[in-house]
Amino acid sequence: MFSFIQANLGGILSRAGQHAWLAGAPLVLGLLIAMPLGWLANRVPWLRSVLIGGSGLLYTIPSLALFVIMPLILGTGILDPINVIIAMTIYTVALLVRTVADALAVVPSETEQAAVAMGYPPVRRFFAVDLPLAVPVIASGLRVAAVSNVSIVSVAALLGIPQLGYYITDGYSNTYWAEMWTGVLGCVLLALIFDAVIIALTWLLTPWRRAVAA
Amino acid sequence: MIQQVFSWLFDGAHWHGTDGIPARVLQHIGYCAVVLVIGAIIAVPIGAWIAHRGRGGWIITVINSLRAVPSLGLLLIVTLWLQSKIQSTSVFSISSIIVLVVLAIPPLLAGAYSGVSEVDPAARDAARGMGMTGAQVFGRVELPCALPLMFSGLRSATLQVVATTTIAATVGIGGLGRYLIDGLAQSNYPEMAAGAICVALLALLADLLLAAVQRMVVSPGLTGRVSRSRHTERPGDDEAMKEQISEPVRSATP
Repeated sequence: MFSFIQANLGGILSRAGQHAWLAGAPLVLGLLIAMPLGWLANRVPWLRSVLIGGSGLLYTIPSLALFVIMPLILGTGILDPINVIIAMTIYTVALLVRTVADALAVVPSETEQAAVAMGYPPVRRFFAVDLPLAVPVIASGLRVAAVSNVSIVSVAALLGIPQLGYYITDGYSNTYWAEMWTGVLGCVLLALIFDAVIIALTWLLTPWRRAVAA
Repeated sequence: MIQQVFSWLFDGAHWHGTDGIPARVLQHIGYCAVVLVIGAIIAVPIGAWIAHRGRGGWIITVINSLRAVPSLGLLLIVTLWLQSKIQSTSVFSISSIIVLVVLAIPPLLAGAYSGVSEVDPAARDAARGMGMTGAQVFGRVELPCALPLMFSGLRSATLQVVATTTIAATVGIGGLGRYLIDGLAQSNYPEMAAGAICVALLALLADLLLAAVQRMVVSPGLTGRVSRSRHTERPGDDEAMKEQISEPVRSATP
């Protein structure tokens, strides 16, 4: 396996980069979309069941099916990586709307009232008080989404979209073990890196938790 | 394009024979059912037992970390390995079923584990106080109370298995994935899209069916308690949760 990696290092790194992009960009996009939706779900009771039930339904669509249906809806070519980005964004939103709503729901009402009493207007209160306190719960949902995104993106290799999954399918068709292991372990490693980055960001964003612990 | 897909779907020729839509749907359901039954037989007792004893939670963590392994890679590796051991065409079915079971175990195990370990300790103590034996507490109190979370584990396992059975067609098993893989090989896009729509519908129906079964099986007395936990899937209960959370706020503002 090491000789395979040595001989193909350039290709592996560029495919890993594409993999990270296909799994990572939807993570950021999905979070940006899920945030206002989760906020709405937490604010408006009847919207809560609609939004959380609806986003749950999106997750029921199998990944390979979604990659194939996407060009039909978008009018893009089947090999276009944009299909994968949008499909993965849908999955991320599906996972995160519920997490964001739950995370905002557990912010203590005393804290919110204190912020209101201190004269925080609604928007500033959301960004300065509610959102930071919701970070740990949102981050735990984001970690699940990150790991599953990295794993699902490898399926796009069946359609011929370049990323680490290519080594899995190509190694299989040539019965080349070293190549397959490179693909699988590459995916696992990438998932671990994503996980570590989210943990580090959470640590940076929640200084008060360390203060309590110390 | 959409028209082509629909004309493929409603073409009478695609509705009978061994590669017709009804036959493929039945194959797909057959694989999923076998996998889920095997997975549940393995995972549910282990998860419930670990939670009942209150020790060995690390097993759950280890099995959960398996989720990072890409299912496509696992499938192809197991298939290739079995092929070098067994000279038979049943290799594909065996390896697909093994990998799908491996995939179904983490959510089933996590559901059973968190279901039993989140049972209200007061309920457990009350059952003991009434003179129930350990086995009775387990069977009559812990398991029924754990049902909602067990169902949510079963539902996510079902979704994953239905989706991954599609991918398993890569190694040559039947089911709805055939339309996607065969269509891909022949660049027959309408066939792929039609197959994709069938799989999505099947996954949706399976989830709705399980939601309905869950509503019937879970004791109504439990739903009030469980609605406070974050794991429930039932949208109706979320409203109740919202009510409870906003209650103190409302009483504080006249």
